[in-house]
Amino acid sequence: MRNTFADTLTGCAAKDRKLMLLTGDLGFSVLERFRDSFPDRFLNMGISEANMIGAASGLALGGMKPYVYSIIPFATMRCFEQVRNDVCYQDADVKIVGVGGGLAYGTLGPTHHAREDIALMTSLPNMTVVCPGDPVETELLTKLSVSHQGPMYIRLGRGGDPVIHQSRPDVEIGKGIMVKEGNDATIIATGNILPNALAATKILEEKKMKVRLISMHTVKPLDADIIRKAAKETDALFTVEEHSAINGLGSAVGDALHAQGSKAMFRKIGLKDRFEQVVGNHEYLRQANGLSPEQISSAVLEARKTLRK
Amino acid sequence: MPMMSKNPSVDELDGVAREIRKSIVRMITKAKASHIGGSLSAADILAALYFRILSIDPKDPEDGGRDIFILSKGHCCSALYAALAERGFFQKGKLDEFCANGGSLWGHVSRGCAPGVEATTGSLGHGLPIGLGMAIAAKRSNQKRKIVVMLSDGECDEGSVWEAALCAAHFRLDNLTIIIDYNKIQSFGSVKEVMNLDPLAGKWKSFGWEAREIDGHDMGQVVGVLEKLPLAAGKPSVIVANTIKGKGISFMENKLEWHYKSPTPEQCEAAIRELDNAKGKGGSA
Repeated sequence: MRNTFADTLTGCAAKDRKLMLLTGDLGFSVLERFRDSFPDRFLNMGISEANMIGAASGLALGGMKPYVYSIIPFATMRCFEQVRNDVCYQDADVKIVGVGGGLAYGTLGPTHHAREDIALMTSLPNMTVVCPGDPVETELLTKLSVSHQGPMYIRLGRGGDPVIHQSRPDVEIGKGIMVKEGNDATIIATGNILPNALAATKILEEKKMKVRLISMHTVKPLDADIIRKAAKETDALFTVEEHSAINGLGSAVGDALHAQGSKAMFRKIGLKDRFEQVVGNHEYLRQANGLSPEQISSAVLEARKTLRK
Repeated sequence: MPMMSKNPSVDELDGVAREIRKSIVRMITKAKASHIGGSLSAADILAALYFRILSIDPKDPEDGGRDIFILSKGHCCSALYAALAERGFFQKGKLDEFCANGGSLWGHVSRGCAPGVEATTGSLGHGLPIGLGMAIAAKRSNQKRKIVVMLSDGECDEGSVWEAALCAAHFRLDNLTIIIDYNKIQSFGSVKEVMNLDPLAGKWKSFGWEAREIDGHDMGQVVGVLEKLPLAAGKPSVIVANTIKGKGISFMENKLEWHYKSPTPEQCEAAIRELDNAKGKGGSA
C-alpha cells in the first residue's frame, strides 16, 4: 500500500502545484520518486513529529496542500495534541498518512504497532478517517483525498498487501464498498485486514454460508446506510479490524446499529486489549489475536450457532 | 486615541502601548480572568508590531500577501485582542466578549475568533512550528511576507520549540522571526528556579539563529531591531526581549501572583490612573 500511495501521490503532485509531502525521516525506498520529481515540495522534517504536524498546519494555512508521512504511532500519537489543535481545531487542510496499520510492523514490537490510532483519530472533530483495504482502494482514496478539503487521516498497511479488487470499484469517501454479496451474515472490515476477511467468507462459502463482505474504508464519516441495509437483509453482523476492539470500527458500527434501533446480532472482532507479549511476525500476531481467516470464519460460525438457539 | 501618523514615532507608539495596557486591565478585570502579568509585558512589542512593523490592513485582514503575527504565548491573548482592536481590526466593544458566556474571545487564542487572529495557540510550543510552516509556504510561493512569532520564556521548556529551532535554521528561513517575551517569571516561580534558560540568546545562536537582546520596554530599541529584519540573510531571527512581568502597573510588576490574579475594580481604577499619569513621561510606565 505504501508504494501505491507514494506513486499515486507523485502523479497527483504533477497536476497540483500546491501539493507537498513531509516526512519524519521515514520512507526510504518508498518516497524517493516524489522527492526526485518535486524536490521543492518534499520536506524531510527530521525525526520531530510535533514540529512536523505543526508546520504542516502552517503550510496549509499558507495555501499549500501538505501530506505528512510517518509510521502510525509517530504520526498520530507522539504529536496527538498538534493533530488536535493545529490541524483539526484550525480545520487545516492537512493529510496525515500513517504506515503500518495494526500489527503490520510485526517483530518491530508493540512500540511500532498501531492499535489505538483509529480510536484517536475518529474522536477528533473535523477529521475524516480512511483505511484502504488494498492497493486499489489506496490508489483511489489517495486521489480522492487530493480534492478533499480539511483534515484527513489515511491509514495504510505496509508493503506487499494483496490486491482484493479485481476491477476498479466505485469509491467515495464515506461510502462502504460491497465486495461480496450474501444474505446469511455480513462481515464489515476496514483497512489491511480486508484480505483475511475475504478469505474467511470463502471458508464460510464452503460451509454453505453466503456472507456479505463490506469494505468500510472510511470509518469517519461512517456509512450508516450500508449498515442499516445489512442489518435488515442479513441475520448477523461482524466487524473485523486490525485495531483494538475498543473504539475502532466495531464500536462505530455498534453505535450506528444502536442508533438505528437494530436488533440484529452483532459481534466485534479486533485486537485484544493488551500489548503483544510474544514476539512474532505479522501473520503470527494476527493469529495470536484471532484474526486469521480460519479464526474469523470460526467466530462467525460460533456466533451464528447461538443465534439458532 | 489621538490621530496616528502613518509611521508613528516612538512617543506615539508608547501611547498606543498605554492604550493596549488599559484595555488589557479592563478586559481581565471584567472577565475575572488570569494572565495579566504576561499580557502587560508584551504590550510594547505588540504596539510596535501592529502600528509600525507588520504590513497589514485592518480593512483586508485576509490579504494574501500580509505579514503574519502569531502569539504563541496564547494565554496572553488579551494583549493580542487589545492590539487588534486598537489597530482597527474590530470595534473595541468586542473586547467585552473576552471570556464572556456566549462571546467569541476565548481565554486562549483561537483562529477565526476575530479578524486578524492568525493561528490557534494556548497549548505552549505550538505557535513556532505553525509559523515555520507558514514561512516555508511563503518561500515556496515566492511571497515576501514576514512571519513573526512571539514566545514566552516558560514556553521554551517545550521540546517542540527546539524541534522547530533546528528545522528553521536548517531550511534557512530568514523570513521567520521570533520574539521571546523574557519576563523571567513562569507559572510556578522564576524561570531561573523552575527551568533555567540562560544563556537564552546563546542557545538560539548555537542552533543557527541570528540573535539580538533588547529591552522590550524601550520602544526605540524594539522598533530599531524589528525594522532590521531579517537580522541576517539565510538565517531565522530571534529577539530576546528582556521585559518585566506586569510592566506599567507598579503593584503588579515582577510579582508571580499576577500570573493568575485578576484586579479588583479598585485595583483596576488605580491601574488605569497610573497608566494615564504615565503619559508624556517617556517609556510606557
